[in-house]
Parts: sequence; structure tokens; C-alpha cells
Amino acid sequence: MTKPENEWTWKEIPIGNVVLEPGNASQYRTGDWKSLKPILDKEKCIHCGLCYIFCPDMAYNLNEEGYFIADLFYCKGCGICAKECPTGAISMVVEEEGK
Amino acid sequence: MGKRVGMEVSIAAAEAVKQANVDVISAYPITPQTHIVEHLSEIVANGEMDAEFFCVESEHSALSVCVGSEATGARSFTCTSSQGLALMSEITYIASGLRLPIVMILANRTLSAPLSIWNDHSDVMSIRDCGWIQFFTENGQEVYDHVFISYRLAEDREVLLPVIINMDGFTLSHVIEPFEMIEQEKVDQFLPPYQPLYRLHPDHPITMGAFALPSIFAEAKKAQEVAIWSSMPKILETWKAFGDMTGRYYKPIETYKAEDAETLLVTMGSFGETASVAVDKLREGGRSVGLVKIRLWRPFPFDELKKATLGAKQLVVIDRAISVGGPGGPVASEVRSALYGSDNRPAIYNFVAGISGRDVAPQDFVKMVDKAEIEIEEGNKEGYEIYGVRE
Repeated sequence: MTKPENEWTWKEIPIGNVVLEPGNASQYRTGDWKSLKPILDKEKCIHCGLCYIFCPDMAYNLNEEGYFIADLFYCKGCGICAKECPTGAISMVVEEEGK
Repeated sequence: MGKRVGMEVSIAAAEAVKQANVDVISAYPITPQTHIVEHLSEIVANGEMDAEFFCVESEHSALSVCVGSEATGARSFTCTSSQGLALMSEITYIASGLRLPIVMILANRTLSAPLSIWNDHSDVMSIRDCGWIQFFTENGQEVYDHVFISYRLAEDREVLLPVIINMDGFTLSHVIEPFEMIEQEKVDQFLPPYQPLYRLHPDHPITMGAFALPSIFAEAKKAQEVAIWSSMPKILETWKAFGDMTGRYYKPIETYKAEDAETLLVTMGSFGETASVAVDKLREGGRSVGLVKIRLWRPFPFDELKKATLGAKQLVVIDRAISVGGPGGPVASEVRSALYGSDNRPAIYNFVAGISGRDVAPQDFVKMVDKAEIEIEEGNKEGYEIYGVRE
């Protein structure tokens, strides 16, 4: 992976701002858009994966313990996962407070 | 020497596009550009030229097609005037930002309102800052020549910028002039096939026109700004190579009887030839008057302009567009900026003349010089007026 775009100088940008490397949208941190973040109550989680299916940013990943956890680098805090969760296991909390 | 023929300037411009072996032509007809594209569509329909001619539904689409075709590596051409350029304006910034070497002939025409089909420079001034290299031409031969010059320059790996060739509508586009046509072999030698640096191709996918965050946008624009300034030596080099081939040498700023002149007329476009007749008349009457003609509008040749004008007592800058609510005409603004930091800079009197195609004859240039000299003598060193307006 090349260095983050906010470190590029004007001399390093390809002519016409052409993007030569495919798949680089994964480098784009959309996570800093959010004001709310999802918190999972593992007691209530039934591992159905609906949060994973509905997440518009594909921020959810299955962890080794079998829980779907949102990657906060990508999560925009839209709250769709919390709305769709059939057991109410996901709650949206103000980011600072949830630390 | 090439064959000398008499031809309408628009037809010669179309012939140049044919000789430049353009792959894609995309245009929408608008007066006074119409004869150029009509002739091109005829040439293509007759099978005299191996090109795609796109009949689009608007100028916005005309230039959008060129952006797409140029991105695939096809040499592309468009042509417009006035309202057509205004409709294209969104795409002009995209073409230069993507560094696509499209060439456009602009048959300059007034922007509405009031509605007018006649000539002035208000159309191109509306996209002055769009990042294209911009030439102004004085006669038909220069238009014909600059088609080849522009493609070779635009496609240079060290340039890769789109180019606008400005030609005054009707004053140039609809007149018949003598042309020295260049033999096809010479054109082919001067203008080799286009070798794009990047192009859209399924075998090597790349992205063009991607989104830029604030964290990188300024760097992208700086790179574009540096690119257009770095094109200056390439512009000179291309003109030199063209001159060596044809004997017709071009410069960013050209002068006529300007050395030692106390008063200099400064013009851009077809005004130049008429003004030179006025200079001759004034010189015959013992007046110390010369002429400075701006051929290269972007990148603006600040150093060359300074060299040509410092030493004169006064400049009479003639604009063919108004900057409404601004400092007068756009050319005068640039000239003032160029000279602002210089000691003993000349007084600058600015006229806006010939807007919407009103005739400006040699006698009018004489009157403007007379008026400016009197005004400056009376202490009005930064004057501006629209010439010939009925009070």
C-alpha cells in the first residue's frame, strides 16, 4: 500500500490525478464522519449476522469468537445495524461517551 | 513551400483538422462556428477522413464526448462559440484537470444578453481560468497553423493540456483569405500519432476523474498550475519547430514598430492587423506609436509583455470584453498586473472596443490613441472607457 494521501506532495500525484492502484477505496477512512457508534451487548447477540448484511459500508466483520463487530475505521455511525438487530443487541452511543 | 490557395478561414480550419489526422470530432453547430463543423461532417461523410463524427445534442455533450474519447487515447476535436462555450464550461475544467490534450477552436462570439451573434471575447473570458492553454490568432493562416501546433504541443508528454485556439467570429471565420497549405507529409512529420501516457483500456484498468478530499485537492491543483507554467518552454519550442518547417515563426508577444515608441497600442486577436494600419498612419504623421500583440493568453507571458512594454510612456490597451463591475477589460487587468511591480511603468489607458462585432477601423485606433494621450497628459493615468458609446 502506498502512503496515506494526506502525506503526498504535489510532485507525487500521477498526471491528471489518475488512480493507478485498484481497490484503494479501502484506504478511505469513512469512520471519522460518525457522531454515534454501535456497541454490542454480547448477552443479547444471537449471531444472526443481519448487522453484517445490512451495513452499507461493509464495516462489520466476524471475529474469532463468532461475533460480528463493526470496524470503526469504516463505520459512519448510520445506525442501520442497531435498527435491524432483531434482539436489540446493538445500541448507538455518542462516540466520546462510549469510550 | 506549400500550395497557396484562397479559402474561407473556417474551411481551412476544417482542412487542418483533417490533415491533423483527428480520430474523433464532436460538435454542435452554433454561429459563427458552423462552417467548420459542417465542412468536417462533409469530409467524414465523404470518406476523406478516417474519423468518428459525433452529432451530439448539446455543447455540454460535445466536450463530454471529447473527454471520453481522449481518455481512450483518440485524438479529439471540438469547436464552438459563445452560448455553446458557456454550456461547455463545466467540462472545460474537467478536461484540463484530467490533463486531456483536446484541441478546440473557438470562433469568438458575444455572450447574451442582449442576444448577439457577432464577435467579441466575452465567451472565452468567461472560462479564462479553466486551465487550457489559450492562443489568439490574427488571421486565417494563423488559425490553420495553430491546429498542428496545438496538437503537437497538447500531446507532448511534458505538457498534456487541452488547447483553445481563439479566432474572431465572422472577422476571421467567414472571410476568404490566401492560405499556404502544408503538404501532408510535412504535417505527418511535424505531428506524429498520439501516444497517450495513460488511457482507459480493459487490459490495464485505471481510474480517471476520481474524487479528491480536501487533504489532497490543493496538491492536485498545484500540480496542474505547475504544468501550465512548465508548458511555456514547450510552447516556444513547438513554435520554433513549426517556424523551421514553414518559415512562419510565432511568439507569445509580437510587436510592430514598437521599439522606441512612446505610445504602444496593446491588442489581442484580429484587432492586431487593423491596429498595425493605424500605427503606419500615425508614424507617417510623425507620431511615436507602436503595437504590441498578445498571442498567448494562457499561460500569460508576463516576462515577454514586460520586455515589450517597459520603456514606453503609455499603453493604450484595447479589450474586446467587459469585466462588468470590475477593473475594465480583462487584458488591461493582466497588463496592469504584469507591470505593477516595475519602476517607471507606463501609464495604462484602457478601452473596451468592438464588442458585439461593432466595426473598429484603423481610424478608430487613431482616435483611441489621441484620446488616451490627452487623458494621460491631463493626469488620468488609469483611465477606462467603452469606446464609441453614444452618450
